[in-house]
Amino acid sequence: MSKFLKDYMLPAGGAMALILGVAYGAANRGYGDSEIATLEDRNTQVEARVADLSEQVELSRQAVAESGDRVSELESALEAAKAEAASAQEAAKAARVEAAEAISAAQSDAGDDTVMTDATAESAPAAEPAVTLAASTTAREGGYGLGREATGNEVAAWDLDVTPDGTGLPEGSGDVWTGEEVFVEQCAVCHGDFAEGRDNWPKLAGGDDTLADEDPLKTVGSYWPYLSTVWDYVNRSMPFGAAQTLTPDEVYAITAYILYSNYLVEDDFVLSHENFDEVEMPNADGFIVDDREEAEAHFWSSEPCMENCKENVEITMRAAVLDVTPEEESEEEAAQEEASAAEDMGEEATAEEAAEETEAAALDMALVEDGEKVFRKCKACHQVGDGAKNRTGPQLNGVMGRTLGALDDFRYSKTMEEMGEDGIVWAADNMAEYLTKPRDYVKGTRMSFAGLRSEEDIAAVTEYLKSFPE
Amino acid sequence: MAHGSGKSGTSRRAFLKGAAAAVPAAAATAGAARADDPLITDVQDWASGLGEGVDATPYGLPIEFEDDVIRRNVEWLTADTISSINFTPIHALDGTITPQGCAFERHHSGAIELKKEDYRLMINGLVDEPLVFTYADLERFPRENHVYFCECAANTGMEWAGAQLNGAQFTHGMIHNMEYTGVPLRTILEEAGLGAAGDLADKWVYVEGADASSNGRSIPMEKALDDVLVAFKANGEALRKEHGYPVRLVVPGWEGNMWVKWLRRVEVMDRPVESREETSKYTDTLADGISRKWTWAMDAKSVVTSPSPQSPISHGKGPLVITGLAWSGRGAITRVDVSKDGGKTWQQARLAKPGEKMALTRFYLDTDWDGEEMFLQARAMDETGYVQPTKDALREVRGENSIYHNNCIQTWWVKPTGEAENVEVS
Repeated sequence: MSKFLKDYMLPAGGAMALILGVAYGAANRGYGDSEIATLEDRNTQVEARVADLSEQVELSRQAVAESGDRVSELESALEAAKAEAASAQEAAKAARVEAAEAISAAQSDAGDDTVMTDATAESAPAAEPAVTLAASTTAREGGYGLGREATGNEVAAWDLDVTPDGTGLPEGSGDVWTGEEVFVEQCAVCHGDFAEGRDNWPKLAGGDDTLADEDPLKTVGSYWPYLSTVWDYVNRSMPFGAAQTLTPDEVYAITAYILYSNYLVEDDFVLSHENFDEVEMPNADGFIVDDREEAEAHFWSSEPCMENCKENVEITMRAAVLDVTPEEESEEEAAQEEASAAEDMGEEATAEEAAEETEAAALDMALVEDGEKVFRKCKACHQVGDGAKNRTGPQLNGVMGRTLGALDDFRYSKTMEEMGEDGIVWAADNMAEYLTKPRDYVKGTRMSFAGLRSEEDIAAVTEYLKSFPE
Repeated sequence: MAHGSGKSGTSRRAFLKGAAAAVPAAAATAGAARADDPLITDVQDWASGLGEGVDATPYGLPIEFEDDVIRRNVEWLTADTISSINFTPIHALDGTITPQGCAFERHHSGAIELKKEDYRLMINGLVDEPLVFTYADLERFPRENHVYFCECAANTGMEWAGAQLNGAQFTHGMIHNMEYTGVPLRTILEEAGLGAAGDLADKWVYVEGADASSNGRSIPMEKALDDVLVAFKANGEALRKEHGYPVRLVVPGWEGNMWVKWLRRVEVMDRPVESREETSKYTDTLADGISRKWTWAMDAKSVVTSPSPQSPISHGKGPLVITGLAWSGRGAITRVDVSKDGGKTWQQARLAKPGEKMALTRFYLDTDWDGEEMFLQARAMDETGYVQPTKDALREVRGENSIYHNNCIQTWWVKPTGEAENVEVS
């Protein structure tokens, strides 16, 4: 920005401060509605002054070109106006609304060299508020007139919750067998084919009569008091990484299958909005409302013991025995590793490193960066980078150029392994095919991922994977 | 290569080695004639050359020497790192305000990126007019500032079955304490009008987030109209992504799961939703298999943050500052006692400031360490007269399967070497 422009921005900045002053002054006071009418007159004057000023700023733009003196003149004019505005703040209840809109408009226009003059012009009463940041206001009685009415479609889009009596359920139905199909496809990768759970992911079935055991197994069948919770949660939050992609009928079917997995319904069961409240959950009566203030009233003891509170203190358990605390590599250890790595590094390693560098240079780093974002969808199951391990999915270091199903310590689907045995290798084209519709490229793949819709995303994530060599 | 890049960071283990070595060294030099300290007698680089200019760091992180003061997670606790938790390094902090950058995170479907421009808050249900607010709208309501702690209900949950994780960060680090700026939820509900709700005594609000987990919770109307805050700033600056940028709910004194991040909807209802997070999770199973629900308030609790397993004594005997944190979801902390002998005798600790409602209180016990082993414990009391219970007293009422709301007295076994370990004592 030239010095020239900077100079003329100064008075405009003053006008901005004026508006802010009015807005803040108003925000910090409480006004009675009765005052508003009389205040509005004063407000009109303030607005007129602002409009006046913006005109002057516009004029000053030309004036500045002729003479720097005009700038300081304008500045003092604005200082005077600011002082005047300060006394007008008392009367600014109505002005608050207008002024804040002007601020929003100014913010959304930021970056434009003519921003300030434009913004002040918009503070004229007739100006419409900017759409993106400042919503329209309505004159509600007793409120601040902020926000706008939600449309019926908007409420319908977000208000999806279902309560225990089934209020909120959409019409629809699903049977156990359809449920099994959808479950195996969409849920089994984490929850197991029979809802028995994989790795640390939640088990959804089993655990009957274990709640009083030393190690209770809390599942939908053994613990959840309401079926509505299952439907609601599956509908809004599952599958993990692709929430809100299931149809109501699929959600009914999955819910029916989870009931079946818990031996709560027969295999010919069909769940619908009509018979929803007929299903009885085994642990429905297993809950009491917080009773700590009664059951633990003795914790509100008046005066705790200070002296001779017990005879002996013996260690009964040590954390070191379990040794489950995450350890970190010490500085010393890291230094040793680096040193030995340096020793090992002969000619060969240098050559390899050079090759790697060339490879890295060939990467489109902007695309890699985009790909990192896309990869978030994959991260729940796949790891890459230093120390990447197989989790729900195989680790993906060096996957580009690797034979399908090649990691010995990962349990792939049969098809994936067979394709690998046929010598198929991951390259840009088949990776794109796989990521578009995983189950079409590898029939029966264990990866329960719906696929990426955009070609750009696929290209980006492929580039990202390329950035992690073996 | 820049200074200090690459693998650095003093690990606990390395630090402990240093600590153990420091004790005899200190003893040996006591009373002997000292050599001059070259740090004083020699002109150091930093006293002669120049440091960084003001354009080097437009937004600063802590200096590299503090790079071990970080959030840590425990991999085996959860299936993955997206629906997971990490821990505030409380063992290395002092005062009460938690810097946002190391304040614990808990996500159910990852920390999302939601722009202010894309942010919408809907108020619907039993209101006179369902409304939609933009972020800019929220900034135009009168706002307030309050300091509150946010504690995950599962904090210390791994200790129900016995001493497990070795460090205050891991046993008690699912907590942070920030100064929030926001609009009372009451103001926003009244903007939509509560006339349609009729008698408010038996009404609820259901709050949900914009992320994939949506993490909805039901809150009784009485609490919603009392002190719940729709917050958009913490410690003076915008919320961090991981804490719900641009807007989160602040539910003072109540379990962290209710502090819905990326808050997108508040529905006034005549009943609770009984969502996943308030039935299958965040309910506390007692020994007889019956579970408590709606256990919202966090009971009074305290912990010694130093010395502790990650913060051993490195200076040998003599003056020692024992310090820690205390808090209560039912009001202000009024007193904290510290025991050095596993609960046989107790001394009243000094509160750095009088306790504030639903906020962390820092306590100190300035003492003289004789170099013998200690069994350090802290015991908090709040303004309702509640006294933090022992592990045994808590297990007696609740058994070992509650998972949540473990506010027991914690014991650190400080050994003559200065090292400390998480133990249970009789």
